[in-house]
Amino acid sequence: MRAAVVVFPGSNCDRDCQVAITQATGASVDMVWHQETVLPDRLDLVVLPGGFAHGDYLRCGAMAALSPIMGAVRDAAARGVAVAGICNGFQVLCEAGMLPGALLRNRDLKYVCKRVELDVVNAQTRFTAAFKETRTAWMTVGNGEGNYFADEATLDRLEGEGQVVFRYRDNPNGSARDIAGIIDASGNVLGMMPHPDRAFEPALGSADGAKVFQSVLTGLLEAA
Amino acid sequence: MSVSMKAKVRVFLKAGVLDVQGKAVEQALHGLGFAGVSEVRVGRLIDFDVAGTDPAKAKAEVEAMCHRLLANPVIESFEVEIV
Repeated sequence: MRAAVVVFPGSNCDRDCQVAITQATGASVDMVWHQETVLPDRLDLVVLPGGFAHGDYLRCGAMAALSPIMGAVRDAAARGVAVAGICNGFQVLCEAGMLPGALLRNRDLKYVCKRVELDVVNAQTRFTAAFKETRTAWMTVGNGEGNYFADEATLDRLEGEGQVVFRYRDNPNGSARDIAGIIDASGNVLGMMPHPDRAFEPALGSADGAKVFQSVLTGLLEAA
Repeated sequence: MSVSMKAKVRVFLKAGVLDVQGKAVEQALHGLGFAGVSEVRVGRLIDFDVAGTDPAKAKAEVEAMCHRLLANPVIESFEVEIV
């Protein structure tokens, strides 16, 4: 498996993602600067990491969504490459129009940094298949704008089409319908506010996040 | 000499979107004794110069900027003023 992590100015979970993907799957992980216009060849997974790309100026992810690399990320998803945006990466994917909705300021106006228990709502996606019958996961969130918003029709559609992938058991930020993570209609693009990259081995308090990356790997092996 | 107009863009969260910042400011104003305050919305004002002399053309151009960057149409509405 080959993976790439996009690095924006202000990304701060890029190395975490690199280590997490390698530990979870053995994949080699290339770091790709946001000014690039192409991604490495024969890629299976692209991760947009957490952080504060471009200082969260204007809106979280708004500037990063216009970065030169995003054209290649969009093309990759259309070709069937798995694209995952974690935390700030989720905000970037929403701003880029690759996922529906937006992330608003947290309900209590606070930066929320804590362990969260998640329901794995849909374990039949290429990002969650490895959870199998285990339908809960522990990860952590760390964000000020993690309050997922979409209009009611969009929320109904996401739920109806199985695009809600993770839900908070105890909603930390006011997210609509307790949504913590979604996929797009193609199933190739995942956005989630909790950090699988901070929960990939027991020493970190949870290894559940590794399953997100392992799911992508398993899907590739099964397709081969 | 280059000719330009002033663009003023006001961006606010849409009516259906909970403005938690506005709510917090409203509560703080009530705490200060301004009991008559309600419906506080906190937004953003973006000012810049645009080259040209045709206000209608400038307005259309600034609206395009709003759609593509200055506002997020999923959660925000905007008003453009050319002066």
